[in-house]
Amino acid sequence: MSFNWKTVCKQEDLIEGVGVAALFEGEQVAIFYLPKLDPQVFAIANWDPIAKANVLSRGIVGSIEGKLVVSSPLYKQHFELSSGQCLEEDIVIPCWQVSLENGEVKLAS
Amino acid sequence: MMNKNTNLEVTQNLAESNPSASTHIVVVGNGMVGHHFVEQLIQHEGANYCQVSVFGEESHIAYDRVHLSEYFTGKDAQDLALTDADFYQRNRVDYYANQKIIEIDRSHKKVITESGESYSYDKLVLATGSYPFVPPIDGHKRANTFVYRTLEDLDAIRDCAKNAKVGTVVGGGLLGLEAANAIKNLGLETHVVEFAPRLMPVQLDEQGGNLLKSMIQELGVKVHVATGTQNIVEGEQCFHRMNFSEDGKEYLETDLIVFSAGIRPQDALAKSSGLVLGERGGIQVDSHCLTSDKDIYAIGECALYEGRIYGLVAPGYNMAKAALDHVLKQGKLEFKGADMSTKLKLLGCDVGSIGDAHGQAPGSKTIVFQDGMQGCYRKMVVNQDATKLLGAVLVGDNASYDTLLQYYLNDIDLPSQAESLILPVSDGASPALGVDALPSTASICSCLNVTKADISQAVAKGALSLADVKAVTKASTGCGGCAALVKNVVDNELLALGVEVSTDICEHFAYTRQDLYNLIKVESIKSFDELLEKHGKGQGCIVCKPLVGNILASVWNDYVLKKEHVTLQDTNDRYLANMQKDGTYSVVPRIPGGEITPEKLIVIGEVARDYKLYTKITGGQRIDLFGAHLNQLPDIWDTLIKAGFETGQAYGKSVRTVKSCVGSTWCRFGVNDSMTMAIDIENRYKGLRAPHKLKFAVSGCTRECAEAQSKDIGIIATEGGWNLYVCGNGGMKPRHADLFATDLTDKELVQYIDRILMFYVKTADRLQRTSVWMDGLEGGLDYLKSVVIDDSLGLAQELEDQMALIVDTFQCEWKTTLEDPQAVKAFRHFVNHDGVDEQVVFVEERDQIRPATQSEKNHLIAKAS
Ligand SMILES: Cc1cc2nc3c(=O)[nH]c(=O)nc-3n(C[C@H](O)[C@H](O)[C@H](O)COP(=O)(O)OP(=O)(O)OC[C@H]3O[C@@H](n4cnc5c(N)ncnc54)[C@H](O)[C@@H]3O)c2cc1C
Ligand code: SF4
Repeated sequence: MSFNWKTVCKQEDLIEGVGVAALFEGEQVAIFYLPKLDPQVFAIANWDPIAKANVLSRGIVGSIEGKLVVSSPLYKQHFELSSGQCLEEDIVIPCWQVSLENGEVKLAS
Repeated sequence: MMNKNTNLEVTQNLAESNPSASTHIVVVGNGMVGHHFVEQLIQHEGANYCQVSVFGEESHIAYDRVHLSEYFTGKDAQDLALTDADFYQRNRVDYYANQKIIEIDRSHKKVITESGESYSYDKLVLATGSYPFVPPIDGHKRANTFVYRTLEDLDAIRDCAKNAKVGTVVGGGLLGLEAANAIKNLGLETHVVEFAPRLMPVQLDEQGGNLLKSMIQELGVKVHVATGTQNIVEGEQCFHRMNFSEDGKEYLETDLIVFSAGIRPQDALAKSSGLVLGERGGIQVDSHCLTSDKDIYAIGECALYEGRIYGLVAPGYNMAKAALDHVLKQGKLEFKGADMSTKLKLLGCDVGSIGDAHGQAPGSKTIVFQDGMQGCYRKMVVNQDATKLLGAVLVGDNASYDTLLQYYLNDIDLPSQAESLILPVSDGASPALGVDALPSTASICSCLNVTKADISQAVAKGALSLADVKAVTKASTGCGGCAALVKNVVDNELLALGVEVSTDICEHFAYTRQDLYNLIKVESIKSFDELLEKHGKGQGCIVCKPLVGNILASVWNDYVLKKEHVTLQDTNDRYLANMQKDGTYSVVPRIPGGEITPEKLIVIGEVARDYKLYTKITGGQRIDLFGAHLNQLPDIWDTLIKAGFETGQAYGKSVRTVKSCVGSTWCRFGVNDSMTMAIDIENRYKGLRAPHKLKFAVSGCTRECAEAQSKDIGIIATEGGWNLYVCGNGGMKPRHADLFATDLTDKELVQYIDRILMFYVKTADRLQRTSVWMDGLEGGLDYLKSVVIDDSLGLAQELEDQMALIVDTFQCEWKTTLEDPQAVKAFRHFVNHDGVDEQVVFVEERDQIRPATQSEKNHLIAKAS
């Protein structure tokens, strides 16, 4: 299956170890840059459905029992970066395929 | 032999039925013990089927007489109250204040009040307490002579002290020395006159008494022992002259006199109604606290049991329980006497006395250790073959009191080198008694009568933490002196059950916060990645990342948004502002001490107006601006910093505010410049990051308008300098601060605060407020004092150096951020777009913005598109 890759921002817009927010086809996406890991970038929705606010890009990134997660800065629930799965509640938030190519960050739509 | 430690013995009587609904119980005296009786009755739901009336001679509802002296150090009558009229009313207890009972009509079973009303009773409980004995010296009724027993007494002393220079206490016992301390705190030159050849003759031997005398004199109190007063006459320099010799050559001039020459049981009412008294007074009672009349009980300090009056509150409480047990016909408890060992701090000097302090038992031997340099005296009284402890005297340092008391109370065999218990040890720790060695009957908490067995049972039934055990058994909820012991017993029980108490902070680090702090310091670790690599695993989480970020800030005070630290910060620290529920931020500039010029106030107003921010005065005397978008923060701060503001660090686990009153500069009551002190303190500590937020306050006098006693660090101006209070808290679980030291100079004050704060930073758990830290500190307040004031751990210099580093390397995080374009870039809402978050919607309320509710939002967004 082939993806339709579109550039969302530059690699230099990302900040090591944390997330940034970007607008992609009218939606807010939280993009996380973890240069020591493979893959290095992850993209999930910026919208926290529990707190009902666009804040996930501003959470702390970490791992819980081996799963890479971001924790919501408002009520601290964890969302898995690779799948959008919430660890505390039965909720999955949107997530995107990401790639880093020649200094460009691309999402698959 | 009677078990010394349970003064309540279980008897075998079978319980009979409850008293009938119409039983009318009358309690005479609403002091500590009378109130305890009523409270227990309510707890046993006795108040539901009995009718209860309480008569108190005083105008105040029952209050904590044990802590009476705190009335002079900031507490008021309400703080000291043990209950309130509401509580009595809710539980259908009729309470009559200002009503002295003057007669008991035993044949008609009635009591008669001073105002002539009579009330009938089925059961009568006398809890009339005691009164201070005033020696019948000529002139003892002159004006400006007092006793020290009630709130009214203290009011009168305080009033008189305002125009007095010299105060004298007659009596050098426990209460006399406490009164002397109070008089000294009122700023008077203080004398103690004691008839016996030494201070505290009942509890101390000669050497102990002498050491106490010299220590107290060093504190500026003049002690006259072996001194009898012949008469009191008009003075020349002062109001009174107390003549000590008949020829009038030896005398003392003083403006006020407090008599504290012992207490006498208040038995007048019992006497006039023909109840049997002891030869030297006191209402005779049996182990049910029944008097010679089968419907009348006597409890507390008015009661005489086996020839003894018990002048302490704990035995009184046990009498109350025994009497209630008998009234309710439960047949479970009796009063069998009580241990009178005491430990206390008098004028800042530790004194302890256990059991047979004078070595009166035949064949007993004594072991004494005395250190004239350190000012400490310890004596053990042991039996002939030195296998059991019979008594002990401690002056100058009570470190070994708890251990000795357990040996004494539980008849535990002494170690073969018994003297090791009182000899100093090189590493500073006295040998503690393993809790394993305690028998299950050992009393762990004497206030609430909790034994080791009670705690074991609670643990066995599933109370698996200290907090749970406290909740179930109530252990250590009284005076709190047993907190460390309770913790040890609980830990020991848990260990025995094989419960592993994990103290790891999270799955990434198998360490406690204290461990991590020490690792970071000792190994000079400068970043999270370095720590994780050396001592952790995984990627970190919301527990360990901010925690390590916080420790790194406490230890090295680096800029928190440095590249290697940015990933550790909670959103508030990462954007140097406080995130609100809709993802916007609030902004709080520092306003040290709450003092602000009109110009600065105008700038805040302009910023709020220009950026349309909701504006609110905070509880910490500053101004909070809400509703700022992420991308507005740098511009807002640019304006504020240009106007001379600094970051308020409201977002950090750091020093927040120093609340203050205007103090002596403006206020007619102020005794010192609380405003300048508040500003200095705020500026000194403003950069400090700690395990949790810290709040301070400074009041200009004991009226305490700044509410310093509810703060982590509270400072109150006194005539003699500053009183320092520590570890108070408002918030979710309020805690009254502890008085740490009195009459400090500016320099001492800052030095102590430096040490206290850094010791807290070094030893507290993650997110532990100072109040909880203090409650969990083994050894509590006394331990903290020994670390900070006496430098018992040899840490003082390190703590001060650490604080000096923090103070010297302070930077306004917003200023640093604005100077770095790369850092400013992080405040864009979108990295690829200039817009703001359109889900953030405000509506107006009371002329300001507020976040729209969900339905308002749906409506507004629909309309817009
Ligand atoms: C300054 C001070 C410090 C102390 N420190 C300690 C300490 O550290 N540890 C300790 O264990 N103990 C201490 N005590 C002793 C402790 O306060 C008493 O043991 C305790 O208060 C006794 O309680 P009680 O109810 O028997 O008497 P009280 O508390 O004196 O209560 C008796 C009440 O009965 C009222 N009354 C008397 N006669 C009548 C009547 N005819 N009609 C109506 N009402 C009447 C009195 O006005 C009084 O309010 C201290 C006492 C003082 C004064
Ligand atoms: S605490 Fe004292 S000095 Fe400060 S305002 Fe109140 S009364 Fe005045």
